[in-house]
Amino acid sequence: MKRRKFLKLAGISAAVAGGVPSFLLREVKARSYTPPPGALTARRWGMAIDMKKCWEHPECNDCIKACHAAHNVPEIPEKKKEIKWIWKDEFEHVFPEQPNEFNNIVFEHKPFILLCNHCKHPPCVRVCPTKATFKREDGIVMMDFHRCIGCRFCMAACPFGARSFNWVDPRPYIQEFNPEFPTRMKGVVEKCLFCYERLEKGQLPACVEACKHKALIFGDLEDENSEISRILKERFSIRRKAELGTEPSIFYLIG
Amino acid sequence: MYNSNKVIPGIIIFVLIVTFPIWLNHGKAVSAPKPILPEGRCVESKEFMRANHMQLLKEWRVLAIREGMRIYTSSDGSRFWIGLQNGCMKCHHNKQQFCDKCHDFASVKPYCWNCHIPPETKEFGTAKATRLLKLFRIPVDLREGAKPKHGEHGGHGEIDKGGEH
Repeated sequence: MKRRKFLKLAGISAAVAGGVPSFLLREVKARSYTPPPGALTARRWGMAIDMKKCWEHPECNDCIKACHAAHNVPEIPEKKKEIKWIWKDEFEHVFPEQPNEFNNIVFEHKPFILLCNHCKHPPCVRVCPTKATFKREDGIVMMDFHRCIGCRFCMAACPFGARSFNWVDPRPYIQEFNPEFPTRMKGVVEKCLFCYERLEKGQLPACVEACKHKALIFGDLEDENSEISRILKERFSIRRKAELGTEPSIFYLIG
Repeated sequence: MYNSNKVIPGIIIFVLIVTFPIWLNHGKAVSAPKPILPEGRCVESKEFMRANHMQLLKEWRVLAIREGMRIYTSSDGSRFWIGLQNGCMKCHHNKQQFCDKCHDFASVKPYCWNCHIPPETKEFGTAKATRLLKLFRIPVDLREGAKPKHGEHGGHGEIDKGGEH
């Protein structure tokens, strides 16, 4: 047999043995994926936090409790290993760059509600080597925990300290767990996800729903008629570290 | 051949040792696992799911989390909510009787349950890495009024019984 003929034959038999049967066996299917019909959608989700209302009830932690219960956030007593999605800190730590000495007197030790700022230009997304954290089209800085390798670049990049790393298995520290949401595992970074899983079902974020004083206003920043847009046009608000250019989507109403 | 009286028995012994697992397990076929299936049709046919559930689950997790595609329309036109805890496990209630049956048999260890919560879970046990917790000096059980672990409790009970006798 000539080499040419042999190669031809080998090629044909390989195609018959490998390619053709698998092609014939493949199920022809009209499978498709769609977003949920009742989902809340926006061009850019944002939140305004009415600190004046919040300061009237200094003992209230309903938003934090609701969020941490809904997302199986563990309560780890050791500060260095704690996990937080939404938390409180005082003015001096939240706005360290405020140059006005009288502001510092007015707001001295005043608590602020903190969470992921869901920046328009998120530095955490830029540094993530696996695209585990990414920007959704509706402005949510999302995390795909399946992909997180725990390198903590995002934690170094985030200027707001919004991200927590699981130094230990969080499960023993979860008192009541929500069976509709997963936990995380050791070696994964986590943060607030603007309740993407509730928006999909047509519900507002857990913190917004839990706030009985209506201090948290959630809505579409790019919709001129949304409640949040109207309030931000009427009242004075500040954002954390706006000079860094990350364009946070969390606004603090203080006037 | 030199030393054939040693070499040939040597070869025979060698072959016997090498084929030991084959003839030891000959005729002792382990029956295939029988996972408990819920009634009715899964999102696709049984044969398709048996062969392709891992690819389908991976496709689901990418599309649901990254693209927001939460609704799956199957080949026969029925629609399903995509999710492991809120989808699959709503019918397949029992992880031990379903997932684990085949996975244990085939010795595959998918890491779904490191984070996802199987429906039968009422409470999380202590972490496997308890030693690590101790290394970090973190108390293992923080729940208020938490009872000591079953093992410890049982142990004390037995000692007490011994004392009574």
